[in-house]
Parts: sequence; C-alpha cells; structure tokens
Amino acid sequence: MIEVKSLYKSFDGRDVLKDINAVFENGKTNLIIGQSGSGKTVLMKCIVGLLTPEKGELLYDNRNFLTMGKKEKKLLRSEMGMIFQSAALFDSLPVLENVMFPLNMFSEESLKERTKRAMFCLERVNLKDAAAAFPGEISGGMQKRVAIARAIALNPQYLFCDEPNSGLDPKTSLLIDELIQDITKEYNMTTIINTHDMNSVMGIGEKIYYIYQGNKEWEGTKEDIFTSTNKRLNDFIFASDFFRKVKEVEIQNTSEE
Amino acid sequence: MLMGRTFSRPERMRMYFKQFVKEIEQLGVNSIGIVLLISFFIGAVITIQIKLNIESPWMPRWTVGYVTREIMLLEFSSSIMCLILAGKVGSNIASELGTMRVTQQIDALEIMGINSASYLILPKIAALVLFIPVLVTVSIFAGIIGAYATCWFGGIMTATNLEYGLQYSFVEWYVWCGIIKSFFFAFIIASVSAFFGYTVEGGSIDVGKASTNSVVSSSALILFADLILTQLLKK
Repeated sequence: MIEVKSLYKSFDGRDVLKDINAVFENGKTNLIIGQSGSGKTVLMKCIVGLLTPEKGELLYDNRNFLTMGKKEKKLLRSEMGMIFQSAALFDSLPVLENVMFPLNMFSEESLKERTKRAMFCLERVNLKDAAAAFPGEISGGMQKRVAIARAIALNPQYLFCDEPNSGLDPKTSLLIDELIQDITKEYNMTTIINTHDMNSVMGIGEKIYYIYQGNKEWEGTKEDIFTSTNKRLNDFIFASDFFRKVKEVEIQNTSEE
Repeated sequence: MLMGRTFSRPERMRMYFKQFVKEIEQLGVNSIGIVLLISFFIGAVITIQIKLNIESPWMPRWTVGYVTREIMLLEFSSSIMCLILAGKVGSNIASELGTMRVTQQIDALEIMGINSASYLILPKIAALVLFIPVLVTVSIFAGIIGAYATCWFGGIMTATNLEYGLQYSFVEWYVWCGIIKSFFFAFIIASVSAFFGYTVEGGSIDVGKASTNSVVSSSALILFADLILTQLLKK
C-alpha cells in the first residue's frame, strides 16, 4: 500500500500539486486521471522519487520514502517496477538482455537462473519468440509488453505505469490493460497507472483519483463515475458522444434494475 | 555534483566492466580508422609543404623529416587529433546520453535504483582515458608512414634523407609529452560531452544542441589545457 499525505510540489513558484492525499491499495489497479497539464505525471514522478516534493509524506507500507536513508531507498527501489510512456527500453540491448538487466544488476542468482527468470517473464507477456530482437525491431505494443516483463523481473511490490497505452491501437491497449490487471492480482502488487485513456478508466479502474489543476478533485471507482455529480469529472470523462451515450445506457440499466 | 555521482562506488562491478569493454570498442577501437586516415594524409601533406617551403641550398634536406617529426609528436598527434576526436567521440557521447535522457532510459535506470551517472559516464571516461594513448601512438606512426609515402610514391625527396631527419636529435620525452597531454584531453572530451548529454531537457532539437555544445566546449577546453600543459611539460 502506498499512502500520499498532503503532498505539495511547485516549479519556479508555481504550484503544480496542492495538498494531494491518496491511498493506493495493493492488489488493485489504482488510476490517476486528469487532463494534460493537470499534474498527474508530476504526482507519479514524486511518488517514484524522480522529483522531490516540497511538503508532505509518502509512505510505502508505512516506510516514509522522503525521510529514509540512501541505503533504504535503494532497497525500496528494488521493489519497484515502472513502465514508461515511451517503454524506455535500452535500445542497444536485445529484448532478453533488457528483461535480464535488473536481474544482472541486483540478483545473486547464476546466469542460468537469471536467463530462466527473464524467459519466464517474457513468456508471461507472450513474447518468448522476440527474445533475440532489438527494441527497434518490434512494434510499440510489443515494446510495452517487454517493458512490463522487465518491470516484473525482480518480483516488485509496487508497479508504476505512466500512460501505458499512449500511441497504441484500442485492441493492443486492451491487451496491455488486461496484462497489467492480471499481473497486479497475480503478484498482489500496488499498481498505480497514470492515464487519460477512457477505455482504461472504464475497464480496469478499481480505484480512481481525478486530478484537476494540481488538486485531487475526485476519488472513487469506475462504477462511481456514472453516478458522480462532479461537473469537472463529468466534463472530462464524458467529453465524447460515445461515452455520454454509454453513461445514458448505464443509468437506464441501473434504473430498470 | 555530476562528477561526484559519476565517481561513486559502482553497484555491480561485473556490469560496469561489461560496459567498459563496450565503450573501449565504441569510442576507442572504432576511432582507429579515422585516426589512421587523417594522420597518414596530414603526415604526407606536412612533408610536402615543408619540402616546398624551405627549399634552399642553405638548408639540409633532412630538415623536412626533422620538422615533420616534431610537428607530429608535439602537436598534431596529441592536441589536433584530440580536437578531431572531440568532434567524433564527443558528439557520440552527448547524443547517446541525450537520447537516453529524452526517451526516459536514464529515468528507468534511476527507478531501478541504479546510479545512472556512474553506470553510464564512468565507463566512458575510463575507456577513453585508457585508450587515447593508443590512438596517439597510432597517429604518430601513421603520420610518419604518410611522410615516407611521399618519398616512395611521390619521389619528392629520398627516404634516406627523411629517415635521417626523423631520427635527428630525437627527444623521447616529447613522445611522453603527447601521451600525458592526451590523458587530460581524453578526460575533457568524455566528461564535458557526458555533462551536456546527461543534462539534456526537451526533445531531439535539444539533443542536437547538446551535441554541438559539447564539441565546442570540449574543443575550447582542450586548446586552453594544451596551452597550460605545454608550459608545464616543457623541459
């Protein structure tokens, strides 16, 4: 479980995050949603430690990330996995070496064991056949799957996904979403997904935090969205005709029941 | 601050050594070709120019070999060759690290708990500092072979005269001067380029700017360091 308490972050005197409070439970896919420039990426970067907030607390299973020492932080980092928007694979290494990278850095196992583990992770994302290919030789969707395999190589406790569906077609996005949700349940991880993909919100949003201009505007589940009266949230979620119709059908179904 | 992080203790020596070997190949071995090519032709051109410009009955023929040797040893193979390498190797380092930064590969290393500055920059500095004396030596030999080529194939003077001049009043310390200077220049190229690449913010245009800035800055620093080192190393 990750707890964020009264988190503040600003750049050049401009407040980007204001008093953010959130609890990201384990075994659930927790979503941070919001418009571009709302501060959700900054929030994610603060949570993973790429940015340091001015104020607040960041508790990883009651361990305060912001006050802990270098050694503890390093240990905690080995419990984290992250999938970046651009996949961020090392383009000079083949797929298998990419997945093996964290194992080579931190695992004390033999080369045979490390290779076995990496192949298992690749198999988990259905990419065993692409082990020898270089990142530049595979599609965007496959790159995201390799990034997932790399992120789970060290059996992380915490998984962070920064817009994992960006640039992918709807079918591949669905596949990535399902994979992330399955892995979250399988390893009982605390997963935080940063997204503005409405299909992801409706598909895997077990806990959703809506960020608006640096403030936490709303929190709830994907089911709560349909009954929410928050105007800003509704404007954001139901911006398209398609989702407005989905909402009407959903409300109609609920009233008939 | 970046240098402090770069020279901190490596997490996993095995991985750093693997990276070091890769950098030796990428930054050092892959530069041998250009060093050979440029040094050979410059050696040949210097010989021809000296021959044409100091042709006088008062000047012994072997002077051409002597001057060619001194130019190659004292300035060209160390300083000018490092300026050329600042362009080739420096831009390579800056653009590689810059691209890694903008594609979030450096962030990925940081999230994994790896000191990205140390893992990416330290092997580059170590590889270049270790391999550059080899390139300087290769350059000296290639320049001298180029000078001989003008005698063998161009017939501008006899090889015996050139050889006499090349050996005349030879000071071994000058070879060491070139090698000592090259250590400093290698450090300048690798560290300055790495700084510009590692600290890139933005996109591809910024990576290009960083690459250009790294070449300009390291070239200026090499010239400045050359001035100081030449003063310090004179006998």
